[in-house]
Amino acid sequence: MRHFIVVGVLIIVMAFATYFGLTSLGLMPVAASAQAGSISQAGSIDWMWNLQMIAMSFLFALIAVPIGYSLIMFRRKKGDTTDAEHIEGNTALEITWTVVPLFIVVAFAYFGAYSLSETLRADPNAMVIKVMARQWSWSFEYPQAGVISNELYLPVGKQVLLKMESPLDGVLHSFFVPEFRMKQDVVPGRVTEYRVTPTLEGSYKVRCAELCGTSHYNMESPVNVVSQKNFDAWLNARQVEAQAAKTPEGAGQLLVAANGCTGCHSLDGKAGVGPTWQDLFNSQVKLADGSTVTADEAYLTESIAAPNAKVVEGFQPAMPQYPFTPEEIANLVAYIQTLK
Amino acid sequence: MMKNMNPVWRGLLFLVLFGLVGYALGLGVDFLVVRSLRFSGSVPSLFTLLLGFTAFFFGLFGYRGITRGLVWQVVGTLLGGFFVAGIRAIMGLSAFGDFFFTEPSWVFGAFVGAISFIFGVGAVDDWVKWARGIDTPEEHEEHYHGWEKYFAVSLDHKVIGIQYTVTALLLISIGGLFALIFRTELAQSSLQFLTLDMKLFGQNGPQLYNTLMSLHGMIMIVSILLGVAGIMNYVVPLLLGAQDMAFPRLNAFSFWVAVPASVLLLMSLVLGGFDTGWTAYPPLSARAPVGMQMFFLGVFVAGWSSILGGLNIVATVLRMRAKGMTAFRMPILVWASIATSIISLTATQLIGLSFQLVMFQRLFGMGFFDPAKGGNPVLFQHLFWFYSHPAVYVFVLPGLGVISELLPVFSRKPLFGYKWIAMSSLGIALVGFLVWAHHMFTSGMNEYLRVPFMYSTLLVAIPTGVKFFSWVATLWKGKIETPTPMLFVLGGIVVFLLGGLTGPPNATVSVDLHLHDTYFIVGHFHDTIFGGFVFPFFAALYYWFPKATGRRMNETLGKIHFWLMTPAFFALTLGMMRIGLLGMRRRIVDYDPTMGFDTYHLMLTVMGYLIALSVLIFIYNFFNSINNGEKAEGNIWNSRSPEWQVPSPMPTHNYDQPFEVVGEPYDYGLAGSKYVQFIEKKK
Repeated sequence: MRHFIVVGVLIIVMAFATYFGLTSLGLMPVAASAQAGSISQAGSIDWMWNLQMIAMSFLFALIAVPIGYSLIMFRRKKGDTTDAEHIEGNTALEITWTVVPLFIVVAFAYFGAYSLSETLRADPNAMVIKVMARQWSWSFEYPQAGVISNELYLPVGKQVLLKMESPLDGVLHSFFVPEFRMKQDVVPGRVTEYRVTPTLEGSYKVRCAELCGTSHYNMESPVNVVSQKNFDAWLNARQVEAQAAKTPEGAGQLLVAANGCTGCHSLDGKAGVGPTWQDLFNSQVKLADGSTVTADEAYLTESIAAPNAKVVEGFQPAMPQYPFTPEEIANLVAYIQTLK
Repeated sequence: MMKNMNPVWRGLLFLVLFGLVGYALGLGVDFLVVRSLRFSGSVPSLFTLLLGFTAFFFGLFGYRGITRGLVWQVVGTLLGGFFVAGIRAIMGLSAFGDFFFTEPSWVFGAFVGAISFIFGVGAVDDWVKWARGIDTPEEHEEHYHGWEKYFAVSLDHKVIGIQYTVTALLLISIGGLFALIFRTELAQSSLQFLTLDMKLFGQNGPQLYNTLMSLHGMIMIVSILLGVAGIMNYVVPLLLGAQDMAFPRLNAFSFWVAVPASVLLLMSLVLGGFDTGWTAYPPLSARAPVGMQMFFLGVFVAGWSSILGGLNIVATVLRMRAKGMTAFRMPILVWASIATSIISLTATQLIGLSFQLVMFQRLFGMGFFDPAKGGNPVLFQHLFWFYSHPAVYVFVLPGLGVISELLPVFSRKPLFGYKWIAMSSLGIALVGFLVWAHHMFTSGMNEYLRVPFMYSTLLVAIPTGVKFFSWVATLWKGKIETPTPMLFVLGGIVVFLLGGLTGPPNATVSVDLHLHDTYFIVGHFHDTIFGGFVFPFFAALYYWFPKATGRRMNETLGKIHFWLMTPAFFALTLGMMRIGLLGMRRRIVDYDPTMGFDTYHLMLTVMGYLIALSVLIFIYNFFNSINNGEKAEGNIWNSRSPEWQVPSPMPTHNYDQPFEVVGEPYDYGLAGSKYVQFIEKKK
């Protein structure tokens, strides 16, 4: 009897020690969504995780303490060659430790289902964002604003519904933001959904969690949770850009920004690694071989598609070939025409 | 001079010599096909591997047994490959490709090679003779003696058990070596030596990481299957009082197919590798390099071993028990073995099938899992996990059986709740078939399907709990001794406890949305596999080693092995779970330094090396003790089990006198009771 009392006390002490040890470690990253919630928010993921930690701590103590106690107290004494007491089993005990855990398990499954339904709770007014996952990049489309971005901006406190796709000839990916506590695979040929209500402003990262090939480890994009005001401002700015992109010269300007062309070609007449674009269109250009050409559309197109076919006098043939489509090149040329 | 050399040295010499020859040959062939020299390319590497490996056994053992099998496998692979290359040439397709052969050539060649091995090694000799109307003696004669019998076909279950076990140890070493390579890379953030610029076997650093990580998984799985088969093969007939397994020839066949399967798995590394993880999910696996196909074939062939081995155990347990051994008087390990064998007999087909479907998708353009052709990638995951979840119970049930088998011996007390433990094994096996989709909670399958799978998954906790509680009750008030096997039993219980307790969080769907595909899962399953297989496997080896050799392994080295491995392993998996919860994804070659994981990863790597060191100590102890261990011919563990009632090492045909079961297996402490009684031979 003495053994049972000691072990009982030790189990309780150990269970509490384990639980408080675990919680004081700060096991989870910061919670940034309503679905992640908190220990006190019933049905949230962190609440469910806390229940699990309570169960883990108690069960760990329940098994580990009697084993440790037995190893210390019931060691064979030196020189003792007799066997221990002949105890074959105890049906009542076996039934107890089958039936009681059964109830616990069913309760946990019930809580789990409850937590899942809370996690999936849909706001009918959720803002829809389309997500495209490719090998190896993310892009995000805000369909109502007509904006496509490779960073995800979300307004705080508002549910968003991500409708995620991978190209038909693509592979599996998985959208994972640890601070949101959720991930969802992206499957070619279907649309999968991810509902999240960000609650904490900050900068996070979405990283692919389903092995998708060589650069899987590197497949990430910023996720910025910002105030509604900043979100609207960001979306407006992107919208203006997108609007601009609808004209050829606007699209060309965006391409120039995206590809860092101005690192070599100035827009204001300054000398650089490459010739300036100011007043370039329709000017006379002297080439390295001594001849002169007019910088018309044909010349500019050729110079972008095959940079070193005609090199301007005083410059090195240093420009790499960019994988632009003919349409993109036309847009670039249209933009260069505007630079007076 | 060569004749008088130590065979092992001769083998190693041949390995180096023929490895170099193979490398030169490979370079030449590669040059003829691609017209450029690729010094770290696939073809020279493959030739080095195959020629060196075969030559090692040639030096060791001569042209017979395993060497003949390997030679036939190489020749078969080449013939099959050239056959398809010829057909392709006639059809006007390219006959050769970047990896010398094209993919169809490699697949057909590798398949022919695997079958050739079986014929070459002689695993089907008797069947061929029967087919030709030639009788073979019922009692098989051993052609080889001493160490030589382990390198050729033997029908003795004890020899086959040791063949399985040593092959498993070899594969564990290879799989562990792969882990050390990528753990070294992970010790620090940013790419250290697996960089984007490096090129080996046609792969750059991250690709090679993916291949090594994937192969670590599958090679370890195959090694576990072989280790499980090794323990069951050696011990189960002894526990039953049988002379051998029910089907000795099938038994030998089951072991020998695993050898070409292992060669195929290793070939996948050099033939461009594959970057899908061991789960091989399409669409990624439908477009990976040709190594993917070698991987598929390797698993497919290894599956035969598992299925037929399972069949053999079931038949042996059903038909070959000693007189008086009723169902509830069987040793508990037999219950665990039959539960395991039922799973491997009935579920393994599904992984073979799912891999075969991807194989056909690649070879013949059948769009099973290709969404562009109306296929469904998620369907693959269902097929795959329908085996691969029950498979983890194949890995752990025998280990848990070993724990239950040894615990009474070293506690000097009956196994508490024998019938409950026996039934819990069957319970786990049964429930294990109904939980597969818990690997797919984030896969995009029907949202509401996740709830029933959460219930069924949590149910596994009940039979598992019965085992834990019964083990605790067995220890309670025992007279506990802790020699090395018992240390590993106790270590196994505690490690498996950690694995068990970290399971339910993954089962509740909402929490799993966070945990899935992170290092939390990696830590969790390493706990279950080490607790359920690795620790008990070592316990079993320390425990039955004297039965096989008549000597025992060094106790001090055994304790060093235990006390080095156990703390390192705890630090390893707890560290993994820690960073997993914070968002460390699995299967990545590099991680963001801003996440602050560098120190943890360095610690994990150091722990990995400590575990490897402890296993090296074990391997030294194992091979050294065969000849130099302390003599142990009697019942050194003071066990009631029948195999310990006769002197060690075990005679060739097991028991000279049959025995009869006259009591309960674990009645320690009951005065005058006996489990078995030998029946006097009638003169």
